[in-house]
Amino acid sequence: MRYLLRRLGHALFLLAGVSILAFLFTALAPGNYFDEMRLNPQIASETVAALRAKYGFDKPLPVRYASWLSSVIHGEMGFSLAYNSPVAPLLLVRARNTLLLTVTATLLSWAVALPLGVWSAERLGHLPDRLLSWGTAALLVIPDLALALGLLALAVRSGWFPTGGMASVSFETLSPLNKLRDLALHSILPVTALVLSALPLLVGHVRAAVADVLNAPFLLAAVGHGIPRRTLLYRYALPAAANPLISLLGFSIGALLSGSLLIEVVMSWPGLGPLLLEAILARDLYVVVGGILFSTLFLVGGNLLADLLLYCADPRIRTESSGQ
Amino acid sequence: MRLLVSSMKVDGSADGPDMQPLLKVENLVKRYAKRSLVGAREELLALHGVSFTISPGSTLAVVGESGSGKSTLASCLACLESPTAGNIWFEGKDIVTLGERARQQILPQIQLIFQDPASSLNPRWSVLEILIEPLILRRKFNREEMSQRASSLLERVGLSPDIVERAPNELSGGQRQRLDIARALAHEPKLLILDEPLSALDCSVQAQIANLLMELQSSLAMTYLFITHDLAMAAHLADEIAVMNRGRIVEQGPAEQILKQPRHETTRQLLAAVPRMVRALPALEQ
Amino acid sequence: MSGEIMGVLGESGSGKSTLAVSLVQLLPSNGEISRGAVHFEGKDLLCAKPDELQQIRGRRISLIFQEPSLALHPTMRAGEQVRQVLAAHSSPGKSALHQRTQQVFAEVFPEDADRISHSYPHQLSGGQRQRVLIAQAIACGPSVVIADEPTASLDPATQMEILAVFRTLRERLGLAMIFITHNPALLSGFADRVLVLYGGQVVECGPAEAVLRSPRHPYTKALFESIPAVSQERGNGRKMKLPVILGDSSRLSWPRVGCPFEPRCRERMNICTEREPALVNLSDSHAASCFKYES
Repeated sequence: MRYLLRRLGHALFLLAGVSILAFLFTALAPGNYFDEMRLNPQIASETVAALRAKYGFDKPLPVRYASWLSSVIHGEMGFSLAYNSPVAPLLLVRARNTLLLTVTATLLSWAVALPLGVWSAERLGHLPDRLLSWGTAALLVIPDLALALGLLALAVRSGWFPTGGMASVSFETLSPLNKLRDLALHSILPVTALVLSALPLLVGHVRAAVADVLNAPFLLAAVGHGIPRRTLLYRYALPAAANPLISLLGFSIGALLSGSLLIEVVMSWPGLGPLLLEAILARDLYVVVGGILFSTLFLVGGNLLADLLLYCADPRIRTESSGQ
Repeated sequence: MRLLVSSMKVDGSADGPDMQPLLKVENLVKRYAKRSLVGAREELLALHGVSFTISPGSTLAVVGESGSGKSTLASCLACLESPTAGNIWFEGKDIVTLGERARQQILPQIQLIFQDPASSLNPRWSVLEILIEPLILRRKFNREEMSQRASSLLERVGLSPDIVERAPNELSGGQRQRLDIARALAHEPKLLILDEPLSALDCSVQAQIANLLMELQSSLAMTYLFITHDLAMAAHLADEIAVMNRGRIVEQGPAEQILKQPRHETTRQLLAAVPRMVRALPALEQ
Repeated sequence: MSGEIMGVLGESGSGKSTLAVSLVQLLPSNGEISRGAVHFEGKDLLCAKPDELQQIRGRRISLIFQEPSLALHPTMRAGEQVRQVLAAHSSPGKSALHQRTQQVFAEVFPEDADRISHSYPHQLSGGQRQRVLIAQAIACGPSVVIADEPTASLDPATQMEILAVFRTLRERLGLAMIFITHNPALLSGFADRVLVLYGGQVVECGPAEAVLRSPRHPYTKALFESIPAVSQERGNGRKMKLPVILGDSSRLSWPRVGCPFEPRCRERMNICTEREPALVNLSDSHAASCFKYES
């Protein structure tokens, strides 16, 4: 239990640090939301100054951070000037969409990578394994952007999938089942792009980790005890190879998240990605900070999940942390 | 061989009982503090006030089960770990309290030999490189002298000089152990700490290495601290035996006496656990 | 023979471990069994199909591997590891499986069986791990257990303890055992028959009593002499050297002409380099492969 609490402590600490840094950098970056207003001759400079004062932009940075923190506690996370609303509800909808994409892609890519890696490890050095290695290597060198554009082109040509957005225009009128179907159809393209971009690395790692374990004496012993092949691979080899893979899981969530921000922009998926992009261009300070914070939250959450899994998967970590 | 005779600084008259011991260990304590994440401190007493002396040119065997503290003793003596309390006098100097500089001077004279030389020999180095390394550290020799010394070291431990180009993992277990001994000898040590040097080897190879150790002892007046759980081999090689149990020496004395009249329960148990061969002499069968 | 303990004695390179894995065809991929047959319950194992083999391994013949710390799955509870072996060869209900697992544990752990079956390998001592391996091996009631150096990494006292476990099991379950070791002392008073391997060949075999007490092959003789005895007297306080076998056995390679032990043999003759000696019967049960006994 200590282990988890400590991990949680780390996570909170990290989050606080990131918020300060994000705040600092966005505040220090040249220009702010009011610059454009100031250039506009129709708006009096007094109005701009009044607005600045209203949103507290005339106060020193630590004071602004403190008031932002208090608004975080109140569940607002500051105020978006561009959308003229508190940041939190704005972000929550977007974050939900991003999460939908990232989680689906994570689950799917692991669901493909695990059996594929195990399959490949079992045939290490033989033809099927070599072919797979070539395939994943080829996939690895294609940039995510090219992958996404390629998929888009395919969708446009074939007309099989919708090419952008998250829902059809008629979404609200559909029955719940059809809503789900519509959502699934729209997410196929971005999820596929994400899975394809994450897959090579995951398969490679699974393959290496399992191949390593397959030579271990306890597996030979298990063969000697007549344990059937499937049990051997999935009940013996995979759990023993799990530790590096679980750490990789935390990392893969991060990688998929950053990949997702890009793909969202390309495929106009209404997630954090496009919002963050707009906010940065508009210098909508609190939205940027909030977006960064949410992304960090996902990352930290992913790693926390990985730690939790590690704790469950490896009894050696458990006994170590409970002090025997 | 001639080159190594210089390490015979220990005077040849090794048997006088009143001469200064080479190694004197006084009340050695090693405590491991283990801090668990819950915050409670657990203490593990690995050595519990161990004292003994070894006179030059003799062999002390330390015998005990695993977990009795004998390996901790070895690493304390070789300065791989520092003891929690106590003194280790080597030729009259206390290496525990000695300054870093002075200790570095003494350390090469105490060499440690492990059970599994495969893990203590750098697998990427050739035999020659392994043997030359300690010579380079001493900065006394040119290349020519060094390779000459390396081959005389090999000869000394019964290895053919032809193997200098090989890597340790191309050697057999026995050859590797010989190589490790040669590597230790390159430092011209006075004390060899042998930590289970035989237990990973085959019986016939064990006998070869045991004989080698005896040869080296008589030709170089080497002093051994022989750590083992094999009482039979201990009795064969050692002048004195110290039996350890739970961080203490529970019985100590001349090898023969320990075997014939074991006083402590631990010694008796160890003796009982030695698998005995049915010898050709029917009288020995129980 | 059933219920018999056969001691296989050999040093590294003698082929003793290869023998163990060959019997159930677990050779590494670079190895191949070129000829011969393994007769088990009237069937040749070397001709068995993979499926058949999988059914035989663990169920009829089981293996106990060298290093108990390496031969157990690190993140699986001891009980589960035994349960898996049982599940691989039978499909009773869950509770029956559990019950059988408990029985097996009780067999090798007179006390504390329950706690140990819920422990992970790293929480157990060397001796306990070895007992878990034994539990795995006897779980399905095999008729033969092959133990490859099962005690090599253990303390002498634990070693004796494990041997005692084997002895009890033999008496209770009528288990036949192939006990592979490099230490002849372990076999005395334990094995019924002894097979001495050198360079991949049987150089001597016979009843344990006879082989251990009066070895006939030069290798066996020299090997036994090189082991120090606890009760050895020292000639007036001077340390004596052990009689040794010169050289090294680990670098033997094919092809080879003559007796494998010839290069290290003290009693070599001219004929030794010319051809391989065959096993010669010295009595109706004791045999050695040496030209000394050929007539």
